[in-house]
Amino acid sequence: MAEQKGEFAEKNRENPSADGEKKEAKLMLREVVAKVYEEAFEAKARGELVGWSASKFPAEICETLGLHVVYPENQAAGIAARHGGQRLCEAAEAMGYDNDICGYCRISLAYAAGVEAEERPMPQPDFVLCCNNICNCMTKWYENIARMKNIPLIMFDVPYNNTPEVSQDAVDYMKGQFYDAIQQLEAISGKKWDEQRFAEVCRNANRSAKAWLKACSYCSVKPSPLAGFDLFNHMADIVTARCRVETAEGFEQLAEEYEAAVKEGHSTWHYDENYRIMFEGIPCWPELKKLFTPLKSKGINTTAVVYAPAFGFVYDDLDGLMRAYCKAPNSVCLETGVEWRETLCRENQVDGALVHYNRSCKPWSGYMPEMERRFRRDLQIPVVSFDGDQADPRNYSDEQYQTRVEGLFEEMEMAKGRGEEN
Amino acid sequence: MASIKECLSEFAHVARHPEEQLKKYRSQGMKAIGCTPYYAPEELIEAAGMVPFGLWGKAGVPKKAREYFASFYCSLAQMNMEMALDGSLDGLSAVLFSVLCDTLRPASQNFKVGADIPMLFLAHPQNRRTGYGVTYFAQLLENLCTELEKISDRPIGEEDIRRAIRIYNENRREKRRFCTLCAEKAGLISAVDRHLVMKASYFMRKEEHSRLLRELNQALEAAAVPDFSGFRVVTSGILLDSEKLLQLFDQYQLAIVGDDLAQESRGIRVDAAEEGDPIRALALQFSRQNQDPLLYDPTIYSRSSYIKRLIRDSHADGLVQIMMVFCDPEELEFPDLSRAVSEAGASLLKLSYSHEMVDFGQAETSLETFAAMLSEKREMGT
Repeated sequence: MAEQKGEFAEKNRENPSADGEKKEAKLMLREVVAKVYEEAFEAKARGELVGWSASKFPAEICETLGLHVVYPENQAAGIAARHGGQRLCEAAEAMGYDNDICGYCRISLAYAAGVEAEERPMPQPDFVLCCNNICNCMTKWYENIARMKNIPLIMFDVPYNNTPEVSQDAVDYMKGQFYDAIQQLEAISGKKWDEQRFAEVCRNANRSAKAWLKACSYCSVKPSPLAGFDLFNHMADIVTARCRVETAEGFEQLAEEYEAAVKEGHSTWHYDENYRIMFEGIPCWPELKKLFTPLKSKGINTTAVVYAPAFGFVYDDLDGLMRAYCKAPNSVCLETGVEWRETLCRENQVDGALVHYNRSCKPWSGYMPEMERRFRRDLQIPVVSFDGDQADPRNYSDEQYQTRVEGLFEEMEMAKGRGEEN
Repeated sequence: MASIKECLSEFAHVARHPEEQLKKYRSQGMKAIGCTPYYAPEELIEAAGMVPFGLWGKAGVPKKAREYFASFYCSLAQMNMEMALDGSLDGLSAVLFSVLCDTLRPASQNFKVGADIPMLFLAHPQNRRTGYGVTYFAQLLENLCTELEKISDRPIGEEDIRRAIRIYNENRREKRRFCTLCAEKAGLISAVDRHLVMKASYFMRKEEHSRLLRELNQALEAAAVPDFSGFRVVTSGILLDSEKLLQLFDQYQLAIVGDDLAQESRGIRVDAAEEGDPIRALALQFSRQNQDPLLYDPTIYSRSSYIKRLIRDSHADGLVQIMMVFCDPEELEFPDLSRAVSEAGASLLKLSYSHEMVDFGQAETSLETFAAMLSEKREMGT
């Protein structure tokens, strides 16, 4: 069992002081997300339109137009994390949707059809914004919602890339869609596009992305000032509110806290850091605690998570914005995917990798066997995998997971032993 | 004029022995390009003087492909990879890979690194109806031409493409005519033969396929309408490429009077313009494709309307959804399809399908029950 360090001191740091001291980043960021949903409910109550958006639809458009948007993927993750995933998945299955379909999608379709979810309620949509850079599943998912509600669907198609470069032809095609989406939303909402506001929104989005990436980068410090799993807690902000200035401020504060933690020698990882690993894939939200338990007991910190920095869209101009939205994990080629991960592993000094074969995510898991081979070959680290699901707990086996983590631990021990012998 | 039997026999032989076809074309000095589903612009391969070969997997269990995929990927993608790894695709000069679903995205990457065959890549635009969508796809097709020219070692001229478009339009027309004849003369052509006629076109130069199909269609037109007392069904899904399963349709007198299968009719609904800029004509042709779970539907309702029309026009008693296991686009559209079938007043059967199927007992029970239900409905006059 790894030694538990200074939890009392950590807990004290978590609470904002009564004397007006700066609020903790995680509280700031929690409030930002809460505000997104509150404002959407308030807008709906006032009779204003509310949209549902894919997590990687260019958020800059709605933010510029002042339209309220909520995010089904974020909602599904929230419902799943609060153990409502299975209930909603089963409700979707009763509507005729196969249990093979992505868990987020099933949860969202059930909620759209009127199944309640106290775990993470959000207003029903008046329009939907679909973007397939994250997956093709989005397309039919959003079409189903649009049909169910008889509401407009705006499609932003990001071509899958077979090469690391994004062609100018693809950029031009996306720009055509970008302008089209603006026109469609202007027509739907009656609001007008404002270039100055757009520039401001882009500045905010870039500021948020840079601060988020900076915060993520502290995982490279050894020992890490954070438990890598902490980053999952802040995903909601980068998904739902990346164009807001308060999000940027929250992430900047988070990065400052990590910087201070490095200087002061403390960490949100309260255990020995015997080993550092990369966690590949979207986490099993319903099972976060179970995922965490064997890792902390063996002193294995997750210092590289592919999912978190994947939302750090940084760009200089409109062409750059288009290219940035091409860089979703499921829209890039194998070579780029490998390069991202191996760079992350090297920078964050990992000793092994834990790969989640996510039953809900075919595009992500579809080239993982090849990735695993490359990680072993290029990084010379042990890699183990487990079967799970981002939202449907029926696809996860804790016994298998524990056995696999045990296996990874043993392999890392052996590798360490060999290293020490040499 | 060849008899119906002779034509069917020739189609069946080709469909069952693609390797012989490949060998034949290679011996004639022609190069062949494999085409994975969906919407491969085969016209450009024809225009380059090469033969397109359709890759829709093969019956069996993936073994070597398991090195590349977890278990929850469709057998179509896995068996295409298996064929690349077990030598079945030896002789192809390249494979054209499109990525219209979430399995094909990573499958393209696995193929690129795992198969010892060059890969040509094509990511069709989903916002294909807009001006910028057509322009973008036309550019992708231009790029593809350049790649094909390198393989064929000859330039592709505009007239080459126009000629290919004419050949393909003719082939699509003959196939549509054949499907119509199968519906008008239900019971004349078995479900197995109907499929083999359509499948054979993936392994024949289209001029050859059209020539033989024209003869068959003429013979079918001359044939009397059979006294058919069975039931008329439409099939829908990715593919129904199992003779054993198709034999069960014949066994229970379920005549296929129309299909909404990716491997059969989805790809032959729309022709390309034979005049003007031929690349743009192909881009515009794709822009008009619709009513397909693999494609974004800008109207969001067009597929259900199409399914209802298909059932009505073919006077179908029912629709059989051939549900490819692990095919999420088809699965996501199933509830809507189900509603459309119901609104059309037809009955619906959902059959799971995979290239790995060896036991057809469950499918037989389902089809037997379906036929019995249709019989009961007919007796009750509902």
